[in-house]
Amino acid sequence: MHETRPQAADPRRNENRRMLMRLSIVALVMFGFGFALVPFYEQICAALGVNSLVPIESAAAKNTQIDRARTVSIEFDANSHDLPWRFRPLVRHLQVHPGELATIEYEVVNERAYAVTGQAVPSYGPARAGEYFKKVECFCFDQQTLAAGEVRRMPVVFVVDPKLPKDVSTITLSYTFFEVAGRGGKS
Amino acid sequence: MSAVVDSHGHGHEHHDHHGGYSGIMRWITTTNHKDIGTLYLWFSFIMFMTGGAMAMVIRLELFSPGLQWVDPDFFNQMTTMHGLIMVFGAIMPAFVGFANWLIPMQIGAPDMAFARMNNWSFWILPFAASLLVISFFMPGGAPGVGWTLYAPLTVQMGIGMDLTIFAVHLLGMSSIMGSINIITTILNLRAPGMTLMRMPLFCWTWLITAYLLVAAMPVLAGAVTMTLTDRHFGTTFFNAAGGGDPVLYQHIFWFFGHPEVYIIALPAFGVISQVIPAFSRKPLFGYASMVYATSAIAILSFIVWAHHMYTVGMPVTGQLFFMYATTLIAVPTGVKVFNWVATMWKGALSFETPMLFAIGFLFLFTLGGFTGLVLSLAAVDIQLHDTYYVVAHFHYVMAIGAVFAGFAGVYFWLPKWTGRMYDEALGKWHFWLSTIFINITFFVQHFSGLAGMPRRIPDYPLMFETWNKISSIGAFGFGLSQLLFLYIVLKAIRSGEKAKDKQWEGADSLEWTHLPTPVPYHSFETQPVLK
Repeated sequence: MHETRPQAADPRRNENRRMLMRLSIVALVMFGFGFALVPFYEQICAALGVNSLVPIESAAAKNTQIDRARTVSIEFDANSHDLPWRFRPLVRHLQVHPGELATIEYEVVNERAYAVTGQAVPSYGPARAGEYFKKVECFCFDQQTLAAGEVRRMPVVFVVDPKLPKDVSTITLSYTFFEVAGRGGKS
Repeated sequence: MSAVVDSHGHGHEHHDHHGGYSGIMRWITTTNHKDIGTLYLWFSFIMFMTGGAMAMVIRLELFSPGLQWVDPDFFNQMTTMHGLIMVFGAIMPAFVGFANWLIPMQIGAPDMAFARMNNWSFWILPFAASLLVISFFMPGGAPGVGWTLYAPLTVQMGIGMDLTIFAVHLLGMSSIMGSINIITTILNLRAPGMTLMRMPLFCWTWLITAYLLVAAMPVLAGAVTMTLTDRHFGTTFFNAAGGGDPVLYQHIFWFFGHPEVYIIALPAFGVISQVIPAFSRKPLFGYASMVYATSAIAILSFIVWAHHMYTVGMPVTGQLFFMYATTLIAVPTGVKVFNWVATMWKGALSFETPMLFAIGFLFLFTLGGFTGLVLSLAAVDIQLHDTYYVVAHFHYVMAIGAVFAGFAGVYFWLPKWTGRMYDEALGKWHFWLSTIFINITFFVQHFSGLAGMPRRIPDYPLMFETWNKISSIGAFGFGLSQLLFLYIVLKAIRSGEKAKDKQWEGADSLEWTHLPTPVPYHSFETQPVLK
């Protein structure tokens, strides 16, 4: 147009054009490459198991507090104090490792013809084992009200603290149910 | 598309005129590499002052703890725009400006290979810059997401984010066109006898930088395009609500982002490699090793991106790989620093302003390189990630490294471009003021960073107050010193002493040895033949 430039680069015009084409293609390919990184990373992450929203099994939370070198025998006992309830553990005794989470069940039957409320009180033998016996879930945390003739199964979830003194190899857990006076079945 | 569209054949009789237009139209329609170089340099200076003004706002707010001057949203917009404008608006165009001015003259070519495209690549820039500025006036303001434009924030921002995305597209197009032009010019238009291994090192570093740009810029364009479609077209590349992954954005961004670091640094290395030999009056020590080191840095820059994201939760093997690859870059960089020092060794040194800035670059860039090595260690980086230590590190390599190289280049070539000398005494003042103030600004940030001050916060605990006060005072001083730079350049253009054809005794590239001062509007219409 209003150029006054001499045509010095003329002989190389085609060569320059070829170079322009090639470099433009490189730029376009790299633009595509940016998008190609999306499936590429998906594959890499799936193959290596990184960045997955679902935890992989081996990486799931694992209890490292279990002392597998030691086994403690737990014996279960059940009594009713002045209460016409049939009350017994479903398992009489259990072998556990300290630090291991264990679950057992007790069964209680109300043999009366009306509803009764009771409260279970635990005790331990030897008594000093009590502070190492950690109950996570227990029917003894609440009062229990049973309708006439009702049968109920109740869990106890517990962990024996690994700090349990070395000379204790057996713990007896004994529950005694007391009637909650005056509550009858009204609760 | 090129230098050859001229079919009107005005021929040689006009060629000291500036095209067919005068006034502003001359600049809008120009296809002359020198005009375009000048446009790039002035544009970059305006952006440098704009981004600098934003830095002043940041430092003003950080002068004392608590919120004094701006609200946190605006503060975030300031840090974001300061970063974007300085990287894409100031530093990159400055070195493209040098490339336009110098590459044709240094290889003995009459102009760039695609002169018309050269005009386009420049004139896209003011539009991109306007988009960035307009975004401040949109509802919600400019994006306040940091210059890295990380998802998922970018997916949630207001309309200012869209303008920024388009601005990044335009800036990318401009850079890619500029790079294609530079590669073609260097590979096709060299004068007879100017073999690749005889080119001045500035041309070499730009050739490699241009390849980096062509490979890396489109990836950034892809990343922001994905952000755009996530925002408006229901895709979920980065939007976790639809199964996307924000960390994916970081991987794609830094695949561009790390080469970008060398896109900024390599041309600076090129300028320094011209200035130091000239004032040492010795040829550059280890020319070939410089070329190989530059290439090695460029190749390595593509396999180290994840060292910017050690804390995203990548496997240890990944951290180790990126850590080793990153520390490996210290080797070619060390080769370069060694070569510059060896060039000065037993040279007949003189310390004019360009040389002062080059030596300042050498010291301070190396210091920034060392803190980079510290940060490359994954175990250390997890502690320092996103603290002011990182801010100090990248300002040493960019705000000091690249900018000082830019100053060195302007003082070095200003006499050749304008035919007039700058005021040497004022130039030295500019150097010392800049050096002292910028170190006051950024050196103390290492300490606040090590003490745990996070970056991009408008308020901070009282324990960081002293460092921040010192840093702010330094920043105000550095900002004001740049007005002196403007004055020096204007004074040189208006009333500087006449410069000699070969103003610097030790300069040996073609623009000094084969062309008069000031260089004519058209140079090397007949290419020189080098023996």
